[in-house]
Amino acid sequence: MSTTMQSPAATESTQSSAGGEVGAVPSFDVTLRIRRYNVETHGDEAYWEEFTVTAYGTDRLLDALHKVKWDVDGSLSFRRSCAHGVCGSDAMRINGRNRLACKVLLKDLNPDKPITVEPLKGLPVMKDLIVDMEPFFASYREIMPFLVTGGNEPTRERLQSAEQRERFDDTTKCILCAACTSSCPVFWTDGQYFGPAAIVNAHRFIFDSRDDGAAQRLEILNDKEGVWRCRTIFNCTEACPRGIQITKAIQEVKRAMITRAF
Amino acid sequence: MTTTTQAAARLPIENPGQAYQRRKTTRGNFELYGWVFMRASGVVLLVLIFAHLFVNLVAGEGISAIDFGFVAGKWASPFWQVWDLVMLWLAMLHGTNGVRTIINDYAERDGLRMWLKIALYTAFVVVVTLGTLVIFTFDPCPPGAAADLLPSFCTT
Repeated sequence: MSTTMQSPAATESTQSSAGGEVGAVPSFDVTLRIRRYNVETHGDEAYWEEFTVTAYGTDRLLDALHKVKWDVDGSLSFRRSCAHGVCGSDAMRINGRNRLACKVLLKDLNPDKPITVEPLKGLPVMKDLIVDMEPFFASYREIMPFLVTGGNEPTRERLQSAEQRERFDDTTKCILCAACTSSCPVFWTDGQYFGPAAIVNAHRFIFDSRDDGAAQRLEILNDKEGVWRCRTIFNCTEACPRGIQITKAIQEVKRAMITRAF
Repeated sequence: MTTTTQAAARLPIENPGQAYQRRKTTRGNFELYGWVFMRASGVVLLVLIFAHLFVNLVAGEGISAIDFGFVAGKWASPFWQVWDLVMLWLAMLHGTNGVRTIINDYAERDGLRMWLKIALYTAFVVVVTLGTLVIFTFDPCPPGAAADLLPSFCTT
């Protein structure tokens, strides 16, 4: 606990066997306070469970979760796939903020206090940290996340200038982890709002010079539950593990709708 | 017994997305116009309200000048009648639309949403109707009223 992160003095730490190698990674104990839900063993009630594991300064929250699952309690369930911030499987609420467990270092989370880990809010919990992503993907499908074109097919690639590509570059980064949509209070209310992720992915095609479906997508999002429910509170931008300027993208879609209507 | 309890408890998991199924689409320009109206009316209201406050509370004799007579004097002019009418309507539409979106954002159950909106729209109709009526029919010296309730200039 008292071991400082920067000092190479792992010699002072509780690790006796590690010896006093210079440059050894300091270790510390960290307590995870995990929101659990398991219908089979605990009925329909969610409950908190605390696990204390030894971790290293280079460990991410995902490593601590692995340690719990592999060494302490195998019933703990969570999603993860690539574990390197690309697949978007392990988004969860960490100390009240939506983050990817594989991109958060434990030492950045203040390991002196228990770290709370909860499933994404606003989506139905299936087990422990696993939520049902279907409502999220339902609105993603609605905005037609694929190329829509008309006319003759070109014999070669559909060419695009660097400037045209730059126009929607930011929104191509989305990995569909649902951290943004499940951080949005408007989505929490009844899950009817399309949500930031669907709008970001619509933005990606609306502003793509090769795509002809912009009018259709704007029509789809010009809905009571569409872009107009955004209150620009920036929760989504803050939550995005890819650093996408989500609120800005939503505003750009709004502006496209207004210029189309007037 | 145990089996039935467990089966009942497992029900929401059988079809977890049920409560979150997207309802029918509600496309249309209503929310778009509402969004634009909020911004436009907000800018206009800034001018209307601060000029109103200045004229009533600061200009001339200031706040001490306000009484039945002062209001009657202002509403004798069509300019202030229109000013106050526009201010009343814009403020009520702007405020009502704002509260409507807050209800939509925070009331989770459809029933509660409906009742809150009924209360909101009722309040809107009452205030706008009464306000409009008062602006055009205001009489500082209604005939037959007790003299001690009336401003001094009514008797002279």
